Amino acid sequence: MNLGNGKGSTSSSPLKTGDAVSDQFPAGLRVLVVDDDPTCLMILERMLRACLYEVTKCKRAEVALSLLRENKNGFDIVLSDVHMPDMDGFKLLEHIGLEMDLPVIMMSADDGKSVVMKGVTHGACDYLIKPVRIEALKNIWQHVIRKRKNGLKDVEQSGSVEEGDRLLKGCDDGDYSSSVNENKTSKKRRDEEEEGDERDDSSTLKKPRVVWSVELHQQFMAAVNQLGIDKAVPKKILELMNVPGLTRENVASHLQKYRLYLRRLSGVSQQQGNLNNSFISSQDATFGATSITGIDLQTLSVAGQLPAQSLAKLQAAGLGRTTAKAGVSMPLSDQQNLFSFENPRLRFAERSLHHLSNSKPINLLHGIPTNMEPKQLINLHQSTQTLGNLNMRVNAPAAQNNPLLMQMAQSQPRAQMRSENADSHVTRFPSSLVQPIVPNDISNGVLGNGITGTSNITTAYNTVSQNSSLLSFPMNQTNEMSVSSFPRRSTPSLTSIPTKGMFHEEGTSDIKGPGGFVPSYDMFNELHHQKSHDWDLTNTGITYDSSQHANPLQGNIDVSPSVLVHQGFPSMQQSVRTRDTTSIGKAMFSTGEGIQGNLQNVGQHLNNPVDNSVRVKAERFPDPSSQINNLFSDQYGHEDLVTAFLKQQEGVGPSDNELDFDGYSLDNIPV
Amino acid sequence: MDKIHSHRQVAAIKHSLFDQGYLDEQFIQLEELQDDANPNFVEEIVTLYYRDSSRLISNLDHTLERNPLDFNKLDTLMHQFKGSSSSIGAKRVKAECTLFREYCRARNGEGCRRSFQQMKKEYATLRKKLETYFQLARQAGPLETAYRPK
Repeated sequence: MNLGNGKGSTSSSPLKTGDAVSDQFPAGLRVLVVDDDPTCLMILERMLRACLYEVTKCKRAEVALSLLRENKNGFDIVLSDVHMPDMDGFKLLEHIGLEMDLPVIMMSADDGKSVVMKGVTHGACDYLIKPVRIEALKNIWQHVIRKRKNGLKDVEQSGSVEEGDRLLKGCDDGDYSSSVNENKTSKKRRDEEEEGDERDDSSTLKKPRVVWSVELHQQFMAAVNQLGIDKAVPKKILELMNVPGLTRENVASHLQKYRLYLRRLSGVSQQQGNLNNSFISSQDATFGATSITGIDLQTLSVAGQLPAQSLAKLQAAGLGRTTAKAGVSMPLSDQQNLFSFENPRLRFAERSLHHLSNSKPINLLHGIPTNMEPKQLINLHQSTQTLGNLNMRVNAPAAQNNPLLMQMAQSQPRAQMRSENADSHVTRFPSSLVQPIVPNDISNGVLGNGITGTSNITTAYNTVSQNSSLLSFPMNQTNEMSVSSFPRRSTPSLTSIPTKGMFHEEGTSDIKGPGGFVPSYDMFNELHHQKSHDWDLTNTGITYDSSQHANPLQGNIDVSPSVLVHQGFPSMQQSVRTRDTTSIGKAMFSTGEGIQGNLQNVGQHLNNPVDNSVRVKAERFPDPSSQINNLFSDQYGHEDLVTAFLKQQEGVGPSDNELDFDGYSLDNIPV
Repeated sequence: MDKIHSHRQVAAIKHSLFDQGYLDEQFIQLEELQDDANPNFVEEIVTLYYRDSSRLISNLDHTLERNPLDFNKLDTLMHQFKGSSSSIGAKRVKAECTLFREYCRARNGEGCRRSFQQMKKEYATLRKKLETYFQLARQAGPLETAYRPK
């Protein structure tokens, strides 16, 4: 069939020439199929070949990702199974969507509504129920055309705003499977209008696909942060990024994806919130408080860039003992929304928090001024949401984001993260991070075990936040955080990472992505794990034995820690899933650990670092990368922290097992 | 005549496999994928299935021996096994898998063990029947060729 302009190219890969489709189309469509079941894989390959497609099969998600990365334009479409041992199919889906912008079709024997919905929200362009019939495969080429067509519209529109609007409206729907479409469309239209002139000089139909590398994404994030999520328009982002060869359309489509990601996060958090509410009430206040807040924080953190900053702040705030235990419960209910996401990621946070709080009851967030209230949290969420494709769905509250985050950044820096418990702590804490992010309760909860809501949490939180920030922008610094695409990417992983206490088990390296606890793990991931771990605890109502962890957080579980954690998580999660997390993760972790350790013992060490990070954040709120840099710098003596964390983690491990969380690194954060 | 007879025999076996519910529509899908370029596709797939699924079955066996039973893990393992079995059209095996998963959800250990045993029986029976079927089909040779290669 001859679609498109009828260029009539007879290349075996018609799509290679961009929009031009050869007469043979869809023959030659380059399909990558990923499935851990060899029987299914072989059948699919045979079926796809029968459709005259060019098939590459793959047993493991990571291999698939590296194949895709190596051959940027080597494939037209990806088919992936949902349940795979090394990486969750949805995580892979997000990676591909963000990095390569290829259409992805999910497959599973599971036809439950929630799973299918998950596919939709994660951006899958279709969902096939196994056993797959060849008829279903015969039409998959439509997704490729649709995506290209949408891309083209961007190009064509560059010249004319009105026309662009029309086209946008028409073609956007096909591009996204989420309900965010309408929003995106309108936003896009606005962007188009603002554009006026287009930067894109290419008038060719074929749009060379831009690969959003880690660096590129970091620049993107920096620009977005600088502008503020609400004001981030492709044109301005493009100007700020100042990358030669990058077009406004590239930025626009990347921004859309990012928004979709954030929206998904907020949606998740909403669901989570509901769940949490019930959950929390049933639990002991300490538990609930910590967990919920923690989760919320996580969500928030995951949601967006801000998280990193907020996390740092929260950490700082949470270093000290939080006395606001009572306060925590309150926010918890609010937080519940955040927490309720189904993503296990939250669990990680809890878990990690749990670990973190093992040791002394340092309430990181304790001191966090409870003014922050859920609203703030929400804001955080919102910011975070926009930031990335967090799976977590931040709830409604997240609407405010930027403003809050900004506030946070500005207000705080106090880094007094001390481990003292006392009220002073509370006052001290206010770190902007903490405040805006979450009511103190949450923060504590997040970082710490969430259960005890004590220092553990905060400590962990701080650490986490630090890490988070680092992770959030892995691109910037680290050593190779191969978190490509949005930092937020990690977030999704956070949530999606099965809360099985991965980190917790460091040794087992349940963590899907990273292969192991630290080493090539992104700190965030680890933190994330930990966090989720904690979260999980609370959410699942597991009676977390606070005594085990000596989480001083009991009362303090503030949201802030979680917020912090979350923030960092987005990136962390991603990293967790992708093995490419690198030393950064490690570094982060150690930092976190170190912080934790300090908190426990001294509470000073962390303060400083946290302070710095917080401060940095405050000042440079919009520039997460710099913050990360700061975090990374050895001002805090990360190494020590890390070791401390790791040690703690080990200790925490045993208890975590009960939780059955995903092994987020957070667990490792010794508290 | 022999050839025709062989083909009829093969057809009869296949027919009964469908009638008795051992196989379903998916098996036909696989057969349609078989052609000159892939003459033994179905047999290859079935062989691959039995080889790979034996690993899953032994995992399930071990997991069922634990005490207390980890129903979540059992459910996950069985989900995988079920997906695999459904891809070759093993209808009865698939039905037992579904039953097993229901027992898992109901946290009924005894029910799980029982249905697992039953599933293994179906699994073994199907294997034998298919082996016979493929053997005869190979002997009968492709209908189109006048001579059988060899």
